[in-house]
Amino acid sequence: MLAKRIIPCLDVMGGRVVKGVTFVNLRDAGDPVEIARAYDEQGADELCFLDITASHEERPIILDVVARTADQVFMPLTVGGGVRTLEDIRALLKAGADKVAVNTAAVADPGFVQRASERFGSQCIVVAIDAKRVRSPRSKVEGRRVAEGSPQSSDAGWEVFTHGGRRSTGIDAVEWAGRMEGLGAGEILLTSMDRDGTREGYDLDLTKAVGRGVGIPVIASGGVGTLDHLYEGIVLGGADAVLAASIFHYGEATVGDAKRYLAGRGIPIRLA
Amino acid sequence: MGESVNRTRVAIVDYGMGNLRSVEKAFARVGHPAAITSDPADIADATHVVLPGVGSFPACMSNLENRGLAEPVLRAIEAGKPFLGLCVGMQILFSEGEEFGRHPGLGVFSGRVARFPESVGKRGLKVPHMGWNTLTFRRRPPAMRNVGDGSYVYFVHSYVVLPDDPGVIAATTEHGVEFVSAVWKDNIVATQFHPEKSQGVGLSIIEEFGKLG
Repeated sequence: MLAKRIIPCLDVMGGRVVKGVTFVNLRDAGDPVEIARAYDEQGADELCFLDITASHEERPIILDVVARTADQVFMPLTVGGGVRTLEDIRALLKAGADKVAVNTAAVADPGFVQRASERFGSQCIVVAIDAKRVRSPRSKVEGRRVAEGSPQSSDAGWEVFTHGGRRSTGIDAVEWAGRMEGLGAGEILLTSMDRDGTREGYDLDLTKAVGRGVGIPVIASGGVGTLDHLYEGIVLGGADAVLAASIFHYGEATVGDAKRYLAGRGIPIRLA
Repeated sequence: MGESVNRTRVAIVDYGMGNLRSVEKAFARVGHPAAITSDPADIADATHVVLPGVGSFPACMSNLENRGLAEPVLRAIEAGKPFLGLCVGMQILFSEGEEFGRHPGLGVFSGRVARFPESVGKRGLKVPHMGWNTLTFRRRPPAMRNVGDGSYVYFVHSYVVLPDDPGVIAATTEHGVEFVSAVWKDNIVATQFHPEKSQGVGLSIIEEFGKLG
């Protein structure tokens, strides 16, 4: 049986991890490679690097980080942040990323997802969706059809945001996920902007709504404060994988703790 | 000629389909000399040959043929060299693929490569089958001598191999249906999963493969 994946996420800026990391035995707590190795030892199922570097000139730094990590860690690595062109994707894959997450570029040009998946394969194209609860998202998706019985036909829903959650798009998140699947996305990385950083748990309704609408895996993200939140994301939200940052970064729980906890509650988990 | 000398020379066949760095690094990690190559002479010289594969069945086949590497790969197999196919590199060993229409494969194994059945999605399971899943062995290939039943390995795929001869099946995995996750015949072992992404379990397969022959 396919195990549910536990994915620690590292926010990387200028080649350094920006959130506090309190692992013991790290020579350099800001070095993404060192932290990746620590998560590897803890039994993480995948790693996610989010490059929050603002400037394009610093791209070579993340490529170097990816290459050095891929040399030492034999598990899947997803890299996102600032991916705009096919050349960006090619360079990240060549450096050793297994998957590349695309967000703003997909909204700006949905055809980009199709070209990327045709060229590199759906398996390595993750569409990251930053979604926020709204009363009534007015979809701007071209050729939109309101699905019968879709929860979006009522007055509650979630809207897609870009540019790190600063820019609204008017696009309905559930519908967008379906469209991205149709264009070849292999996976959806779904972040609740309402919950991100709150430690109140995932937006389970959002996770469920998006997961029901697509046949590709959905990674829940945003809001984890306790191990129980991971359980909720999988069982109540129906997520295929759960991503968390601070709970692992600040050493409150190791990935191993999380996996033993979930396995103890009957979730299919790979125990290293 | 002392026994301590590692005489293994692994050729990782590069035909422009995906990044092979992680495969190369996995061999390096377990101490087997390995090189990424698209030169038929290197494949002929190698003691061991690895055929990776990422992307679609027809793209992999046409790239392999256009680069003149199908024949060298088949010769290496016929010569009895330990041979490892990975993911689509396993699929194209079969006679025919059904991704983007019907396309012939290398035909080393008789059988076809088809998409996961619709019933998988109807049961709420996702395709691509992406993530860690367990192996159930029918016959354990020498390269997997240290891999226990129930070991987790990493998969990313939407198509599965359907061998005509069930006797080639080495291991199966469950994802809505029971599918073939590894095949083994003589010198050929091939996996639907990615040993190079499967942490310790995967590295043990890479290590044992390099010791064969």
